Amino acid sequence: MENLRAIYTIWLRDVKRFWRDKPRMIGTVAQASLFLFVLGTGLGRGLAGAFAGGRDPFLAPGIDYVVFIYPGIIGMTILFTSLFSALSIIWDREFGFLKEVLVAPISRSAVAIGKALGGATVALFQGTIMLVFAPFVGVALTPGMVIKLWLFMFLIAFSFTSMGIVIAARMRTMEGFHMIMNFVALPMFFLSGAMFPLKGLPGWMECLVNMDPLTYGVDMLRYTVVGLNQYPLSRDLLVMVGFGLLMIVLAVFEFNRAD
Amino acid sequence: MDKIIEVESLTKKFGELVAVDCVSFDVEKGEIFGFLGPNGAGKSTTINMLCTLLKPTSGGAILNGFDVLKEPHAVRRSIGLVFQDPSLDDRLTARENLEFHAMVYNLAPKDMWDRIAEVLRLVDLEDRQNDLVRNFSGGMKRRLEIARGLIHYPKVLFLDEPTLGLDPQTRNHIWQYVHDLKEREEITIFLTTHYMDEAENCGRIAIIDYGRIIALDTPDGLKRQVGGDIITIKTVDNERAAREIKERYGLEVSRDDGSLKFEIVRGEEFIPDLISGLSIEITSINWRKPTLEDVFLKLTGRAIREEDAGPVDRMRMYARTKGRR
Repeated sequence: MENLRAIYTIWLRDVKRFWRDKPRMIGTVAQASLFLFVLGTGLGRGLAGAFAGGRDPFLAPGIDYVVFIYPGIIGMTILFTSLFSALSIIWDREFGFLKEVLVAPISRSAVAIGKALGGATVALFQGTIMLVFAPFVGVALTPGMVIKLWLFMFLIAFSFTSMGIVIAARMRTMEGFHMIMNFVALPMFFLSGAMFPLKGLPGWMECLVNMDPLTYGVDMLRYTVVGLNQYPLSRDLLVMVGFGLLMIVLAVFEFNRAD
Repeated sequence: MDKIIEVESLTKKFGELVAVDCVSFDVEKGEIFGFLGPNGAGKSTTINMLCTLLKPTSGGAILNGFDVLKEPHAVRRSIGLVFQDPSLDDRLTARENLEFHAMVYNLAPKDMWDRIAEVLRLVDLEDRQNDLVRNFSGGMKRRLEIARGLIHYPKVLFLDEPTLGLDPQTRNHIWQYVHDLKEREEITIFLTTHYMDEAENCGRIAIIDYGRIIALDTPDGLKRQVGGDIITIKTVDNERAAREIKERYGLEVSRDDGSLKFEIVRGEEFIPDLISGLSIEITSINWRKPTLEDVFLKLTGRAIREEDAGPVDRMRMYARTKGRR
């Protein structure tokens, strides 16, 4: 009971902070729209021209490039928001607030879980904003699809926030932050198949693609939104749940290990 | 009197460096106990061990009847902490910071609001409670941190350099709050400082240097270790005057900066005698009671000076005055 309250308190703080940080909220949406509408439209035209009348269509027939990347961009938004939320632990450490949390008579596990749920909630919220774009992209969402998407988005968000906590627990300064964004977040995004179909890839890349947990996340979102899938949904779910569990266990472990 | 903290042979080593060297002392219930010493003397390290934030290399301590090594959660519930560095969430309001604390310390929801109102009143922040902390001055943040440290009815409040980086007026205010607090709550206050004048606010002071306690007494008791009052004179011929004082009164005279300095009990009664007795013309005379600075000088042969603040402290002061982000 005591621990549930601690989890709730830590969750509430993250949600409040996010809610007040409107520039961050808008920035994330702006970034996603840039990818979706500018890059998506531009590349879509080019690809349509290049593959017009080709024997091997780039995408499944009848699917617009923007529609294809739409679930990928939702996945990207969730990945970036989750990692960013988790890495706020480094800020808390640098600016002292983490001490207030660590000296409180609550279990470290509660701190890690509260943090993971907080980041997941925030990322789920950003993902939900992305769903508003559906009509502009030309996707019709039914209530059933939205409920499924929420479940999947939460699962993805929780897993990546936990991963971020595992990374942040060992980082002492902000310098590492950009490095993580560049060497973890971007490769994960590029390899996930958010921007291109995962077929006919060279062996080394296919190997990396299969190792990227976001691949399975994007796949389940795309299956729900567009009906296209790389793997069976059961495998996507299995990998994502497994990855999420592993990461939250590691996050709890890392927090208990600290000093 | 009851003891609230009992420290036994507490030691902390960081590699080769012995930060705290086999320290033992007791703190009595209800007193204001101070740790006085220069930066890096081991004050914060000791506090961190008592707060269960740092594991001692050897030795131990009992706080409010709980072992800091074996019962960290019970110890944490018994203490309130104001850290040397700011530890508020400046994106939340003052009130939200207090709510966070109350909830994490599991205060009963029905008491929570009254208690938050009470501590806000104690530090005079009621009318700013809904402002974001980032808009607070250094002194206001400190007060809020003190209020926060009190919410869960701690038995001991630790204040680690509570006035570092604050202007003198704000510092006096903070002390006012600390004294008020002692009146209103049943609490023991354990603080560290490297400001000599502030240490006077304590009931008892432990002077700590290089990780060891070199003296522990009331401020007056410590000052009695200096051989009385301090008289500084200037004369037309310091050489001869020094010799005469030594011969006539048998006093140790030290020279500094063109003046002569010596210690004597009941200095105010000695001055007339000195003026009539000395054959050399005195151009100025200064008499004062000993300060803790004199005690520290006597015990260590060094002076604690504020200018000695290292780069870390300067950064801290800067951070505190400028706000955090």
